[in-house]
Amino acid sequence: MDSLFVNLKKGLLDFLSSFLPADFVMIASALVSIIAIAILGPFTMMYLTWFERKLISRIQNRIGPNRVGIFGLLQPLADGVKMLTKEDIVPDGADKVVHFLAPVVTVIPALLVFSVVPFGRNMAAVDLNVGFLFFIAVSATTTIAIFMGSWASRNKFSLLGGMRSVAQLVSYEVPMVLSAVPVILATGSLSTVSIVEAQSGWHGLKWFVFTPWGLVAFVIFYLCGVAECNRTPFDIPEGESEIVAGFHTEYSGMKFALWYMAEFMNVFTISGLTATLFLGGYQGPFLPSWVWFFTKTYALVFVMMWFRGTLPRLRVDQLMGLAWKFFLPFTLINLFVAGLWFFLPTRGLRVGVSLALLAVSFGFLVWVNKPFVPEKRMYEFAE
Amino acid sequence: MLILASKLFIYAILFLSLVAALGVVMLPNLFHSALSLVATLIGIAALYLALQAEFIAVVQVLLYVGAVMTLIIFAIMLTHRIGDQTVPQKNQQSLPAFLALAAFVGMVSTLILQSNWPVSETVARVDALALGKALLGVYIFPFEIISVVLIAGLVGAVVIARKD
Repeated sequence: MDSLFVNLKKGLLDFLSSFLPADFVMIASALVSIIAIAILGPFTMMYLTWFERKLISRIQNRIGPNRVGIFGLLQPLADGVKMLTKEDIVPDGADKVVHFLAPVVTVIPALLVFSVVPFGRNMAAVDLNVGFLFFIAVSATTTIAIFMGSWASRNKFSLLGGMRSVAQLVSYEVPMVLSAVPVILATGSLSTVSIVEAQSGWHGLKWFVFTPWGLVAFVIFYLCGVAECNRTPFDIPEGESEIVAGFHTEYSGMKFALWYMAEFMNVFTISGLTATLFLGGYQGPFLPSWVWFFTKTYALVFVMMWFRGTLPRLRVDQLMGLAWKFFLPFTLINLFVAGLWFFLPTRGLRVGVSLALLAVSFGFLVWVNKPFVPEKRMYEFAE
Repeated sequence: MLILASKLFIYAILFLSLVAALGVVMLPNLFHSALSLVATLIGIAALYLALQAEFIAVVQVLLYVGAVMTLIIFAIMLTHRIGDQTVPQKNQQSLPAFLALAAFVGMVSTLILQSNWPVSETVARVDALALGKALLGVYIFPFEIISVVLIAGLVGAVVIARKD
Protein backbone atom coordinates (compact mmCIF):
# COMPACT_ATOMS: atom_id res chain seq x y z
CA MET A 1 0.00 0.00 0.00
CA ASP A 2 2.82 2.36 0.94
CA SER A 3 4.21 2.68 -2.57
CA LEU A 4 0.93 2.28 -4.45
CA PHE A 5 1.35 5.36 -6.63
CA VAL A 6 5.08 4.80 -7.12
CA ASN A 7 4.38 1.26 -8.35
CA LEU A 8 1.57 2.49 -10.59
CA LYS A 9 3.94 4.93 -12.29
CA LYS A 10 6.65 2.28 -12.53
CA GLY A 11 4.24 -0.19 -14.09
CA LEU A 12 3.13 2.37 -16.64
CA LEU A 13 6.72 3.21 -17.55
CA ASP A 14 7.64 -0.49 -17.82
CA PHE A 15 4.71 -0.96 -20.17
CA LEU A 16 5.82 2.05 -22.27
CA SER A 17 9.47 0.97 -22.38
CA SER A 18 8.48 -2.27 -24.10
CA PHE A 19 7.81 -0.40 -27.33
CA LEU A 20 9.34 3.09 -26.91
CA PRO A 21 13.03 4.13 -27.04
CA ALA A 22 14.73 5.11 -23.75
CA ASP A 23 14.66 8.85 -24.44
CA PHE A 24 10.90 8.86 -24.84
CA VAL A 25 10.46 6.88 -21.64
CA MET A 26 12.41 9.58 -19.80
CA ILE A 27 10.14 12.25 -21.24
CA ALA A 28 7.10 10.11 -20.45
CA SER A 29 8.29 9.74 -16.85
CA ALA A 30 8.41 13.52 -16.49
CA LEU A 31 5.05 13.85 -18.23
CA VAL A 32 3.38 11.40 -15.84
CA SER A 33 4.46 13.51 -12.85
CA ILE A 34 3.43 16.73 -14.58
CA ILE A 35 0.00 15.38 -15.49
CA ALA A 36 -0.53 14.01 -11.97
CA ILE A 37 0.19 17.47 -10.51
CA ALA A 38 -1.83 19.29 -13.17
CA ILE A 39 -4.82 17.16 -12.22
CA LEU A 40 -4.22 17.19 -8.47
CA GLY A 41 -3.93 21.01 -8.26
CA PRO A 42 -7.29 22.03 -9.77
CA PHE A 43 -9.03 18.99 -8.27
CA THR A 44 -7.80 19.93 -4.79
CA MET A 45 -8.97 23.49 -5.37
CA MET A 46 -12.45 22.36 -6.44
CA TYR A 47 -13.03 20.24 -3.40
CA LEU A 48 -11.41 22.72 -1.02
CA THR A 49 -14.06 25.26 -2.06
CA TRP A 50 -16.74 22.68 -1.29
CA PHE A 51 -15.06 21.78 2.00
CA GLU A 52 -14.74 25.41 3.03
CA ARG A 53 -18.36 26.23 2.25
CA LYS A 54 -19.57 23.16 4.10
CA LEU A 55 -17.35 23.84 7.11
CA ILE A 56 -18.11 27.55 7.39
CA SER A 57 -21.80 26.72 7.13
CA ARG A 58 -21.55 24.31 10.03
CA ILE A 59 -19.65 26.88 12.10
CA GLN A 60 -22.39 29.41 11.34
CA ASN A 61 -25.15 26.91 12.11
CA ARG A 62 -26.22 26.48 8.47
CA ILE A 63 -26.25 23.40 6.25
CA GLY A 64 -24.33 24.70 3.25
CA PRO A 65 -24.52 23.43 -0.34
CA ASN A 66 -26.71 20.31 -0.46
CA ARG A 67 -28.70 20.54 -3.72
CA VAL A 68 -26.26 19.30 -6.38
CA GLY A 69 -25.36 15.69 -5.73
CA ILE A 70 -25.28 13.97 -2.37
CA PHE A 71 -23.98 16.36 0.33
CA GLY A 72 -23.58 18.90 -2.48
CA LEU A 73 -20.55 16.99 -3.74
CA LEU A 74 -21.16 18.02 -7.35
CA GLN A 75 -21.38 21.70 -6.41
CA PRO A 76 -17.77 22.47 -7.57
CA LEU A 77 -18.60 21.10 -11.04
CA ALA A 78 -21.74 23.22 -11.23
CA ASP A 79 -19.70 26.24 -10.12
CA GLY A 80 -17.13 25.47 -12.80
CA VAL A 81 -19.81 25.45 -15.50
CA LYS A 82 -21.22 28.68 -14.12
CA MET A 83 -17.81 30.36 -14.14
CA LEU A 84 -17.11 29.27 -17.71
CA THR A 85 -20.43 30.51 -19.06
CA LYS A 86 -20.37 33.83 -17.24
CA GLU A 87 -19.81 37.02 -19.20
CA ASP A 88 -16.18 38.09 -19.13
CA ILE A 89 -16.16 41.79 -18.28
CA VAL A 90 -13.06 43.88 -18.96
CA PRO A 91 -13.19 47.50 -17.76
CA ASP A 92 -13.05 50.15 -20.47
CA GLY A 93 -9.89 51.84 -19.23
CA ALA A 94 -8.11 48.63 -18.36
CA ASP A 95 -4.80 47.56 -19.76
CA LYS A 96 -6.29 44.68 -21.75
CA VAL A 97 -3.19 42.49 -22.17
CA VAL A 98 -1.95 42.74 -18.58
CA HIS A 99 -5.49 42.38 -17.27
CA PHE A 100 -5.76 39.10 -19.15
CA LEU A 101 -2.28 37.87 -18.23
CA ALA A 102 -2.44 38.51 -14.46
CA PRO A 103 -4.75 35.63 -13.43
CA VAL A 104 -2.91 33.27 -15.78
CA VAL A 105 0.45 34.28 -14.32
CA THR A 106 -0.75 33.81 -10.75
CA VAL A 107 -1.65 30.16 -11.33
CA ILE A 108 1.84 29.27 -12.61
CA PRO A 109 3.77 29.63 -9.31
CA ALA A 110 0.86 28.05 -7.43
CA LEU A 111 1.18 24.95 -9.63
CA LEU A 112 5.00 24.98 -9.80
CA VAL A 113 5.45 24.67 -6.04
CA PHE A 114 3.58 21.35 -6.09
CA SER A 115 6.66 19.87 -7.74
CA VAL A 116 8.84 19.92 -4.61
CA VAL A 117 6.21 18.81 -2.09
CA PRO A 118 6.83 15.19 -1.02
CA PHE A 119 3.35 13.66 -1.09
CA GLY A 120 4.63 10.33 0.19
CA ARG A 121 7.72 8.14 0.28
CA ASN A 122 9.44 8.60 -3.15
CA MET A 123 6.49 10.71 -4.24
CA ALA A 124 8.09 14.14 -4.68
CA ALA A 125 7.96 15.05 -8.36
CA VAL A 126 11.47 16.55 -8.22
CA ASP A 127 13.85 16.16 -5.30
CA LEU A 128 15.68 19.45 -5.84
CA ASN A 129 18.58 19.92 -3.46
CA VAL A 130 17.33 23.48 -2.92
CA GLY A 131 13.69 22.39 -2.67
CA PHE A 132 12.68 24.58 0.23
CA LEU A 133 14.27 27.69 -1.28
CA PHE A 134 12.59 26.86 -4.58
CA PHE A 135 9.22 26.82 -2.84
CA ILE A 136 9.83 30.19 -1.18
CA ALA A 137 11.27 31.81 -4.31
CA VAL A 138 8.53 30.65 -6.65
CA SER A 139 5.73 31.59 -4.29
CA ALA A 140 7.34 35.04 -3.89
CA THR A 141 6.63 35.75 -7.56
CA THR A 142 2.90 35.76 -6.78
CA THR A 143 3.30 39.40 -5.74
CA ILE A 144 4.08 40.34 -9.35
CA ALA A 145 0.86 38.73 -10.55
CA ILE A 146 -1.16 40.57 -7.91
CA PHE A 147 0.52 43.82 -8.93
CA MET A 148 -0.34 43.15 -12.57
CA GLY A 149 -3.97 42.45 -11.79
CA SER A 150 -4.43 45.42 -9.50
CA TRP A 151 -2.69 47.88 -11.79
CA ALA A 152 -4.26 46.71 -15.04
CA SER A 153 -7.80 46.97 -13.67
CA ARG A 154 -7.43 50.77 -13.51
CA ASN A 155 -9.58 50.85 -10.41
CA LYS A 156 -8.80 52.57 -7.13
CA PHE A 157 -10.07 49.68 -5.04
CA SER A 158 -7.98 47.23 -7.01
CA LEU A 159 -4.91 49.39 -6.63
CA LEU A 160 -5.42 49.76 -2.89
CA GLY A 161 -5.96 46.02 -2.54
CA GLY A 162 -2.81 45.32 -4.54
CA MET A 163 -0.76 47.71 -2.42
CA ARG A 164 -2.03 46.16 0.80
CA SER A 165 -1.47 42.68 -0.49
CA VAL A 166 2.10 43.32 -1.53
CA ALA A 167 3.00 45.14 1.68
CA GLN A 168 1.64 42.14 3.57
CA LEU A 169 3.36 39.51 1.44
CA VAL A 170 6.73 41.27 1.65
CA SER A 171 6.45 41.71 5.42
CA TYR A 172 5.41 38.17 6.25
CA GLU A 173 7.96 36.56 4.00
CA VAL A 174 10.79 37.63 6.32
CA PRO A 175 9.62 35.87 9.52
CA MET A 176 8.35 32.96 7.43
CA VAL A 177 11.76 32.18 5.97
CA LEU A 178 13.57 32.90 9.24
CA SER A 179 11.27 30.60 11.21
CA ALA A 180 12.10 27.72 8.88
CA VAL A 181 15.85 28.21 9.29
CA PRO A 182 16.10 26.11 12.53
CA VAL A 183 14.69 23.15 10.60
CA ILE A 184 17.33 23.56 7.93
CA LEU A 185 19.91 23.88 10.71
CA ALA A 186 18.71 20.59 12.17
CA THR A 187 18.61 18.80 8.82
CA GLY A 188 21.68 20.25 7.15
CA SER A 189 19.88 20.24 3.81
CA LEU A 190 17.45 22.36 1.83
CA SER A 191 15.84 19.41 0.10
CA THR A 192 12.26 18.80 1.24
CA VAL A 193 12.74 15.04 1.03
CA SER A 194 15.80 15.08 3.33
CA ILE A 195 13.92 17.32 5.75
CA VAL A 196 11.20 14.67 6.00
CA GLU A 197 13.74 11.87 6.26
CA ALA A 198 15.45 13.68 9.16
CA GLN A 199 12.24 13.30 11.17
CA SER A 200 12.01 9.53 10.81
CA GLY A 201 13.01 8.37 14.34
CA TRP A 202 10.65 7.15 17.11
CA HIS A 203 8.56 5.04 14.67
CA GLY A 204 8.04 8.09 12.45
CA LEU A 205 6.98 10.37 15.28
CA LYS A 206 10.22 12.32 15.80
CA TRP A 207 8.69 15.45 14.33
CA PHE A 208 10.39 18.81 14.72
CA VAL A 209 7.25 20.23 16.28
CA PHE A 210 7.94 18.22 19.44
CA THR A 211 10.98 20.36 20.31
CA PRO A 212 10.61 23.80 21.92
CA TRP A 213 12.14 25.67 18.98
CA GLY A 214 10.18 23.49 16.57
CA LEU A 215 6.88 24.34 18.21
CA VAL A 216 7.57 28.09 18.12
CA ALA A 217 8.80 27.92 14.53
CA PHE A 218 5.78 25.83 13.52
CA VAL A 219 3.27 28.32 14.91
CA ILE A 220 5.04 31.32 13.37
CA PHE A 221 5.57 29.61 10.01
CA TYR A 222 1.97 28.49 9.83
CA LEU A 223 0.56 31.91 10.73
CA CYS A 224 2.84 33.57 8.19
CA GLY A 225 1.65 30.99 5.69
CA VAL A 226 -1.96 31.98 6.40
CA ALA A 227 -0.95 35.59 5.80
CA GLU A 228 0.82 34.67 2.55
CA CYS A 229 -2.41 33.11 1.25
CA ASN A 230 -4.32 36.32 2.07
CA ARG A 231 -6.74 34.41 4.24
CA THR A 232 -8.73 35.53 7.28
CA PRO A 233 -7.68 36.97 9.72
CA PHE A 234 -4.98 38.40 7.42
CA ASP A 235 -7.29 39.11 4.48
CA ILE A 236 -7.10 42.90 4.43
CA PRO A 237 -6.03 42.83 0.74
CA GLU A 238 -9.55 41.73 -0.14
CA GLY A 239 -11.40 43.17 2.84
CA GLU A 240 -14.87 43.30 1.34
CA SER A 241 -16.21 45.80 3.86
CA GLU A 242 -13.50 48.32 2.94
CA ILE A 243 -12.33 47.91 -0.66
CA VAL A 244 -14.99 45.73 -2.36
CA ALA A 245 -12.76 42.76 -3.22
CA GLY A 246 -9.26 44.22 -3.45
CA PHE A 247 -7.10 43.28 -6.38
CA HIS A 248 -9.70 41.05 -8.06
CA THR A 249 -12.55 43.58 -7.96
CA GLU A 250 -12.64 43.89 -11.76
CA TYR A 251 -12.46 40.20 -12.54
CA SER A 252 -15.37 37.99 -13.43
CA GLY A 253 -16.03 34.58 -14.89
CA MET A 254 -13.13 32.25 -15.49
CA LYS A 255 -10.48 34.89 -14.73
CA PHE A 256 -11.92 35.30 -11.26
CA ALA A 257 -11.95 31.52 -10.94
CA LEU A 258 -8.23 31.50 -11.72
CA TRP A 259 -7.49 33.93 -8.87
CA TYR A 260 -9.57 31.77 -6.62
CA MET A 261 -7.84 28.64 -7.84
CA ALA A 262 -4.37 30.07 -7.15
CA GLU A 263 -5.46 31.06 -3.64
CA PHE A 264 -6.79 27.61 -2.79
CA MET A 265 -3.82 25.81 -4.29
CA ASN A 266 -1.60 28.05 -2.16
CA VAL A 267 -3.63 27.09 0.89
CA PHE A 268 -2.99 23.45 0.10
CA THR A 269 0.72 23.79 -0.69
CA ILE A 270 1.47 26.02 2.32
CA SER A 271 -0.25 23.49 4.57
CA GLY A 272 1.68 20.73 2.86
CA LEU A 273 4.98 22.54 3.32
CA THR A 274 4.20 23.22 6.99
CA ALA A 275 3.47 19.53 7.46
CA THR A 276 6.70 18.68 5.64
CA LEU A 277 8.87 20.98 7.69
CA PHE A 278 7.46 20.49 11.16
CA LEU A 279 4.95 17.63 11.29
CA GLY A 280 7.16 14.98 9.77
CA GLY A 281 5.67 15.14 6.26
CA TYR A 282 4.80 11.60 5.24
CA GLN A 283 6.34 10.05 8.38
CA GLY A 284 4.05 8.25 10.78
CA PRO A 285 3.34 4.82 12.23
CA PHE A 286 1.10 2.07 10.71
CA LEU A 287 -0.63 3.94 7.87
CA PRO A 288 0.81 4.36 4.34
CA SER A 289 3.02 7.42 3.92
CA TRP A 290 0.72 9.33 1.55
CA VAL A 291 -2.25 8.85 3.90
CA TRP A 292 -0.19 10.51 6.64
CA PHE A 293 0.81 13.38 4.39
CA PHE A 294 -2.72 14.13 3.23
CA THR A 295 -4.14 13.74 6.76
CA LYS A 296 -1.68 16.27 8.18
CA THR A 297 -2.13 18.66 5.28
CA TYR A 298 -5.90 18.60 5.43
CA ALA A 299 -5.80 19.00 9.21
CA LEU A 300 -3.84 22.23 8.67
CA VAL A 301 -6.24 23.32 5.91
CA PHE A 302 -9.08 22.64 8.32
CA VAL A 303 -7.48 24.96 10.89
CA MET A 304 -7.19 27.71 8.26
CA MET A 305 -10.91 27.41 7.52
CA TRP A 306 -11.66 27.31 11.22
CA PHE A 307 -9.78 30.63 11.52
CA ARG A 308 -12.00 32.05 8.82
CA GLY A 309 -15.12 30.96 10.63
CA THR A 310 -14.10 32.42 13.98
CA LEU A 311 -11.65 35.30 13.79
CA PRO A 312 -12.34 38.90 12.75
CA ARG A 313 -10.06 40.70 10.31
CA LEU A 314 -6.94 42.47 11.61
CA ARG A 315 -6.35 46.18 11.07
CA VAL A 316 -3.47 47.21 8.78
CA ASP A 317 -1.29 48.53 11.62
CA GLN A 318 -1.96 45.45 13.75
CA LEU A 319 -1.02 43.25 10.80
CA MET A 320 2.28 45.02 10.15
CA GLY A 321 3.05 45.26 13.88
CA LEU A 322 2.53 41.52 14.30
CA ALA A 323 5.00 40.71 11.53
CA TRP A 324 7.74 43.24 12.29
CA LYS A 325 7.50 43.77 16.05
CA PHE A 326 6.55 40.32 17.24
CA PHE A 327 7.26 37.54 14.75
CA LEU A 328 10.58 38.87 13.47
CA PRO A 329 12.34 39.30 16.86
CA PHE A 330 10.82 36.07 18.11
CA THR A 331 12.10 34.08 15.13
CA LEU A 332 15.59 35.52 15.66
CA ILE A 333 15.52 34.46 19.33
CA ASN A 334 14.18 31.09 18.25
CA LEU A 335 17.09 30.70 15.84
CA PHE A 336 19.48 31.34 18.72
CA VAL A 337 17.63 28.82 20.90
CA ALA A 338 17.83 26.21 18.14
CA GLY A 339 21.57 26.80 17.94
CA LEU A 340 21.88 26.30 21.72
CA TRP A 341 19.81 23.12 21.47
CA PHE A 342 22.44 21.44 19.31
CA PHE A 343 25.27 22.84 21.41
CA LEU A 344 24.17 21.90 24.94
CA PRO A 345 25.23 18.42 26.11
CA THR A 346 22.39 16.89 28.17
CA ARG A 347 18.72 16.59 27.34
CA GLY A 348 17.50 18.15 30.59
CA LEU A 349 19.74 21.17 30.15
CA ARG A 350 18.59 21.61 26.53
CA VAL A 351 14.89 21.50 27.29
CA GLY A 352 15.21 23.67 30.40
CA VAL A 353 17.34 26.38 28.84
CA SER A 354 15.36 26.62 25.62
CA LEU A 355 11.98 26.64 27.36
CA ALA A 356 13.15 29.30 29.80
CA LEU A 357 14.64 31.49 27.05
CA LEU A 358 11.56 31.20 24.85
CA ALA A 359 9.15 31.87 27.72
CA VAL A 360 11.07 34.93 28.91
CA SER A 361 11.38 36.40 25.43
CA PHE A 362 7.72 35.68 24.66
CA GLY A 363 6.67 37.48 27.83
CA PHE A 364 9.00 40.36 27.08
CA LEU A 365 7.76 40.76 23.50
CA VAL A 366 4.14 40.67 24.61
CA TRP A 367 4.89 43.30 27.25
CA VAL A 368 6.76 45.53 24.77
CA ASN A 369 3.97 45.24 22.20
CA LYS A 370 1.21 46.03 24.67
CA PRO A 371 -1.36 48.05 22.74
CA PHE A 372 -1.88 51.64 23.77
CA VAL A 373 -5.26 51.91 25.45
CA PRO A 374 -6.37 55.51 25.94
CA GLU A 375 -7.62 56.49 29.35
CA LYS A 376 -11.34 56.16 29.72
CA ARG A 377 -13.01 59.55 29.41
CA MET A 378 -16.18 60.49 31.16
CA TYR A 379 -18.62 62.87 29.55
CA GLU A 380 -21.18 64.68 31.58
CA PHE A 381 -24.26 66.30 30.17
CA ALA A 382 -24.54 70.04 30.60
CA GLU A 383 -27.22 71.22 32.93
CA MET B 1 18.23 13.69 -29.03
CA LEU B 2 17.85 14.88 -25.45
CA ILE B 3 21.08 16.87 -25.75
CA LEU B 4 19.80 18.56 -28.89
CA ALA B 5 16.51 19.30 -27.12
CA SER B 6 18.29 20.84 -24.14
CA LYS B 7 20.43 22.97 -26.45
CA LEU B 8 17.35 24.17 -28.28
CA PHE B 9 15.79 24.89 -24.89
CA ILE B 10 18.76 27.04 -23.84
CA TYR B 11 18.65 28.99 -27.10
CA ALA B 12 14.91 29.51 -26.74
CA ILE B 13 15.43 30.89 -23.23
CA LEU B 14 18.23 33.16 -24.47
CA PHE B 15 16.06 34.47 -27.30
CA LEU B 16 13.07 35.12 -25.04
CA SER B 17 15.18 36.88 -22.40
CA LEU B 18 16.72 39.08 -25.08
CA VAL B 19 13.28 39.96 -26.46
CA ALA B 20 12.12 40.79 -22.93
CA ALA B 21 15.26 42.85 -22.33
CA LEU B 22 14.54 44.80 -25.51
CA GLY B 23 11.05 45.33 -24.18
CA VAL B 24 12.48 46.92 -21.04
CA VAL B 25 14.01 49.75 -23.02
CA MET B 26 11.55 49.97 -25.92
CA LEU B 27 8.13 49.83 -24.24
CA PRO B 28 6.55 53.25 -23.80
CA ASN B 29 4.83 52.44 -20.51
CA LEU B 30 7.02 52.30 -17.42
CA PHE B 31 4.93 49.56 -15.79
CA HIS B 32 5.21 47.39 -18.90
CA SER B 33 8.98 47.92 -18.88
CA ALA B 34 9.15 46.76 -15.28
CA LEU B 35 7.12 43.66 -16.16
CA SER B 36 9.42 42.78 -19.02
CA LEU B 37 12.37 43.26 -16.69
CA VAL B 38 10.73 40.59 -14.53
CA ALA B 39 10.53 38.33 -17.59
CA THR B 40 14.21 38.96 -18.36
CA LEU B 41 15.28 38.11 -14.81
CA ILE B 42 13.21 34.91 -14.82
CA GLY B 43 14.77 34.01 -18.17
CA ILE B 44 18.24 34.43 -16.66
CA ALA B 45 17.20 32.26 -13.72
CA ALA B 46 16.04 29.59 -16.18
CA LEU B 47 19.43 29.83 -17.88
CA TYR B 48 21.18 29.22 -14.55
CA LEU B 49 18.89 26.25 -14.01
CA ALA B 50 19.77 24.86 -17.44
CA LEU B 51 23.47 25.21 -16.50
CA GLN B 52 22.79 23.14 -13.34
CA ALA B 53 23.31 25.96 -10.87
CA GLU B 54 20.03 25.51 -9.00
CA PHE B 55 21.02 27.52 -5.97
CA ILE B 56 21.95 30.62 -7.96
CA ALA B 57 18.79 30.25 -10.05
CA VAL B 58 16.55 30.06 -7.02
CA VAL B 59 18.31 32.98 -5.31
CA GLN B 60 18.00 34.98 -8.53
CA VAL B 61 14.23 34.51 -8.48
CA LEU B 62 13.96 35.07 -4.73
CA LEU B 63 16.02 38.27 -4.63
CA TYR B 64 15.47 39.92 -7.97
CA VAL B 65 11.92 38.92 -8.85
CA GLY B 66 10.62 38.50 -5.32
CA ALA B 67 12.26 41.49 -3.67
CA VAL B 68 13.93 43.99 -6.00
CA MET B 69 11.26 43.98 -8.70
CA THR B 70 8.50 44.17 -6.12
CA LEU B 71 10.13 47.29 -4.71
CA ILE B 72 10.59 48.79 -8.18
CA ILE B 73 6.95 48.21 -9.10
CA PHE B 74 5.88 49.49 -5.70
CA ALA B 75 7.85 52.67 -6.35
CA ILE B 76 6.28 53.03 -9.81
CA MET B 77 2.79 52.66 -8.38
CA LEU B 78 3.43 55.07 -5.52
CA THR B 79 4.93 57.72 -7.80
CA HIS B 80 2.29 60.18 -8.83
CA ARG B 81 0.79 59.28 -12.21
CA ILE B 82 4.03 57.88 -13.57
CA GLY B 83 2.36 54.56 -14.29
CA ASP B 84 -0.20 56.21 -16.55
CA GLN B 85 2.09 58.33 -18.66
CA THR B 86 3.42 57.20 -21.96
CA VAL B 87 6.92 58.58 -21.80
CA PRO B 88 8.49 59.50 -25.16
CA GLN B 89 11.15 57.00 -26.12
CA LYS B 90 13.28 59.24 -28.33
CA ASN B 91 14.94 62.61 -28.09
CA GLN B 92 17.48 64.62 -30.09
CA GLN B 93 20.46 62.64 -28.88
CA SER B 94 19.63 59.25 -30.38
CA LEU B 95 22.26 59.48 -33.14
CA PRO B 96 25.26 60.28 -30.89
CA ALA B 97 24.07 57.70 -28.39
CA PHE B 98 23.83 55.09 -31.14
CA LEU B 99 27.33 55.93 -32.42
CA ALA B 100 28.85 55.71 -28.93
CA LEU B 101 27.07 52.41 -28.30
CA ALA B 102 28.23 50.98 -31.64
CA ALA B 103 31.82 51.90 -30.81
CA PHE B 104 31.52 50.29 -27.38
CA VAL B 105 29.99 47.10 -28.77
CA GLY B 106 32.69 46.90 -31.43
CA MET B 107 35.42 47.27 -28.86
CA VAL B 108 34.01 44.71 -26.44
CA SER B 109 33.24 42.17 -29.15
CA THR B 110 36.75 42.36 -30.63
CA LEU B 111 38.13 41.87 -27.13
CA ILE B 112 35.89 38.87 -26.56
CA LEU B 113 36.72 37.32 -29.90
CA GLN B 114 40.48 37.85 -29.50
CA SER B 115 40.82 36.39 -26.03
CA ASN B 116 41.38 32.70 -25.57
CA TRP B 117 38.67 31.15 -23.37
CA PRO B 118 39.64 27.98 -21.51
CA VAL B 119 36.90 25.37 -21.75
CA SER B 120 36.79 22.57 -19.19
CA GLU B 121 35.27 19.25 -20.14
CA THR B 122 33.34 18.64 -16.92
CA VAL B 123 30.63 20.94 -15.66
CA ALA B 124 31.60 22.25 -12.25
CA ARG B 125 28.69 21.78 -9.84
CA VAL B 126 28.63 24.03 -6.81
CA ASP B 127 25.85 23.16 -4.39
CA ALA B 128 24.41 25.24 -1.59
CA LEU B 129 26.44 23.42 1.07
CA ALA B 130 29.78 24.22 -0.56
CA LEU B 131 28.71 27.82 -1.16
CA GLY B 132 27.70 28.26 2.47
CA LYS B 133 30.93 26.75 3.76
CA ALA B 134 32.97 29.00 1.47
CA LEU B 135 31.03 32.12 2.48
CA LEU B 136 31.45 31.46 6.19
CA GLY B 137 34.99 30.07 5.88
CA VAL B 138 37.41 31.43 3.32
CA TYR B 139 35.35 34.45 2.32
CA ILE B 140 34.13 35.42 5.78
CA PHE B 141 35.80 38.84 5.65
CA PRO B 142 34.16 40.17 2.44
CA PHE B 143 30.90 38.59 3.60
CA GLU B 144 30.97 40.52 6.87
CA ILE B 145 32.03 43.73 5.10
CA ILE B 146 29.00 43.43 2.83
CA SER B 147 26.77 42.96 5.89
CA VAL B 148 28.18 46.14 7.42
CA VAL B 149 27.58 48.05 4.18
CA LEU B 150 23.99 46.77 4.06
CA ILE B 151 23.37 47.76 7.68
CA ALA B 152 24.78 51.22 6.93
CA GLY B 153 22.41 51.52 3.97
CA LEU B 154 19.48 50.42 6.12
CA VAL B 155 20.27 52.91 8.87
CA GLY B 156 20.74 55.64 6.26
CA ALA B 157 17.33 54.89 4.76
CA VAL B 158 15.71 55.11 8.18
CA VAL B 159 17.44 58.42 8.90
CA ILE B 160 16.37 59.89 5.55
CA ALA B 161 12.81 58.65 5.89
CA ARG B 162 12.37 60.06 9.39
CA LYS B 163 9.83 62.86 9.51
CA ASP B 164 11.48 65.45 11.80
